[in-house]
Amino acid sequence: MLVRHLSLRDFRNYETAELALEAGPNLFVGSNGQGKTNLVEAIGYLSTLGSHRVSIDHAMIRQAQDSAVIRARVENGEQALLLEVQLNRSSANRAQVNRSAIKPRELPRYFSSVIFAPEDIMLVRGEPSGRRRFIDELLVLRSPRMSGVMADYDRVLKQRNTLLKSARASNVSQLTTLEIWDERLVAFGSEIIAARSSLVAELSPEVSRAYATVAGADHAASLSSYLSIRAKSADDDADLETEAMVGDTIGVDIAAEGFRAALARLRRAELARGVTLAGPHRDDLVLQLNSLPAKGYASHGESWSFALALKLASAEVLRRESIAGDPVLVLDDVFAELDESRRGRLAAAVGGFEQVLITAAVFDDVPTTLAGNVVRIRAGRVLEQGEE
Amino acid sequence: MYEGIVQELIDELGRLPGIGPKSAQRIAFHILQTESVDVTRLAEVLTEVREKVHFCVICGNVTEQEQCSICRDPRRSHATICVVEEAKDVSAVERTREFKGLYHVLGGAISPIDGVGPDDLRIRQLLQRLADGTVTEVIIATDPNLEGEATATYLTRLLVQPGLRVTRLASGLPVGGDLEYADEVTLGRAFEGRRVVEP
Ligand SMILES: Nc1ncnc2c1ncn2[C@@H]1O[C@H](COP(=O)(O)OP(=O)(O)OP(=O)(O)O)[C@@H](O)[C@H]1O
Ligand SMILES: [Mg+2]
Ligand SMILES: [Zn+2]
Repeated sequence: MLVRHLSLRDFRNYETAELALEAGPNLFVGSNGQGKTNLVEAIGYLSTLGSHRVSIDHAMIRQAQDSAVIRARVENGEQALLLEVQLNRSSANRAQVNRSAIKPRELPRYFSSVIFAPEDIMLVRGEPSGRRRFIDELLVLRSPRMSGVMADYDRVLKQRNTLLKSARASNVSQLTTLEIWDERLVAFGSEIIAARSSLVAELSPEVSRAYATVAGADHAASLSSYLSIRAKSADDDADLETEAMVGDTIGVDIAAEGFRAALARLRRAELARGVTLAGPHRDDLVLQLNSLPAKGYASHGESWSFALALKLASAEVLRRESIAGDPVLVLDDVFAELDESRRGRLAAAVGGFEQVLITAAVFDDVPTTLAGNVVRIRAGRVLEQGEE
Repeated sequence: MYEGIVQELIDELGRLPGIGPKSAQRIAFHILQTESVDVTRLAEVLTEVREKVHFCVICGNVTEQEQCSICRDPRRSHATICVVEEAKDVSAVERTREFKGLYHVLGGAISPIDGVGPDDLRIRQLLQRLADGTVTEVIIATDPNLEGEATATYLTRLLVQPGLRVTRLASGLPVGGDLEYADEVTLGRAFEGRRVVEP
């Protein structure tokens, strides 16, 4: 899959932009704060309906304007598509495919991309919620119906937590319905646990391979799931218990059985604290190097390699399954963070993808193999060939 | 912000369900520009409806009498009760012209977030209606969302008694639609919930 042409109107610091892109590597260069990330952010938006930098769409509309438009001519195997989305400050966003209206949330069906960015280091060093978001986003790309299951799970969780709190406030009569919420929690939750675990099992060998490629050394990088329903202690800051780490795929029935047992075990603690103490909302991904947790043990460079390996592995999994070709890879400011040898190996690893978009403030940070189509950016403008 | 009474009107309209600040403003200015006879009529209807209309003592539907027209209708079967969340659901089922029994309006669904538990719904009244054994089937037609499903499950367990059949409306893909236009979430979940068909 590749983007042939990108047009912007009132997006970030671009009043308008027209930009032709090529298959293979495209490199955006320019000084800091000129608009390189903004360009790739626009492309990323079409596949994730979000930004890798902010959680609100409004930040992407140019200052003092009411709406922004991202339009991309995309080639998707044999298919040519014109994708368009309009971000509006005071009304709902609108989207079109080949000039007919679709729901914005359907856009990712037509276009997929994987963004690598400096923020990815938080996948390794940050809180579990970031890792859950990473795995869940990939899960939804592979199986769109899971977004419905996750929304239902979150809703049941809210209902159940409210019920536990009100029971704590001694309104015990409400507890007669706890059993009903338990059943729903287990039904949706075990579907999520099963789906995540099978994705983790599929991702893990890709992650170790990708890590070895990027780091140039085999540190036995591994990925497994931490399942709170198997944990003995419900403490938030307890060390991850080894019994609760799972590398294999878990079936829905096994997950449901474990979930029910956990709820029974935790009943008293849950009533005392007024929150649900086990389930996918408290699970985590366990990242290990040579059997030691990456968080807390890995060096800065090793953590970086792990973060890149997670992204590369997800791109590989998407590529393997997609009938529409490779996801478009976006490498935002990644090379500045890496040493010379890692730069070369990352370049080799992404070189095989149909299209790769790279941003860099310093041209020489990027291996020459990726300096294919070079686009220079200055002050919200794409410079013409030969322009100074 | 507008001055005094105009802003008050906008605020009051904005409190109505489904009306945001923008619509409230639009309606308010519409009212200001409308012939005063029409506005007077609207005001009268509003007061009248609050005075005259209340809830049927049997089923909880809206009515101007003590009992609603459905409960009073001798042609309706007393053997079946269709349980719904709101009075507006009664008119939805009535439009199908399929159902010839009676209704029972719960007044909502179980939802701890909204502070609604079983005791806040008209469930005790339902049990009273079932006590003499006239009713042989209860159709649970709560909304096909989480809270509606939870309420249905709760009722199903509560209503287990000899000689009473409890049924639940089917849900899934909307009929009359094209498969290709069903969104992937609905369609994907319909796949998960597929069932064997009898030859
Ligand atoms: N909504 C907006 N309206 C106008 N300008 C904006 C908006 N959002 C961001 N900008 C401007 O865009 C510029 C940042 O662009 P961008 O993040 O793409 O920089 P960059 O070229 O990637 O720089 P770096 O090399 O530092 O990463 C900033 O000057 C910022 O003020
Ligand atoms: Mg940048
Ligand atoms: Zn009635």
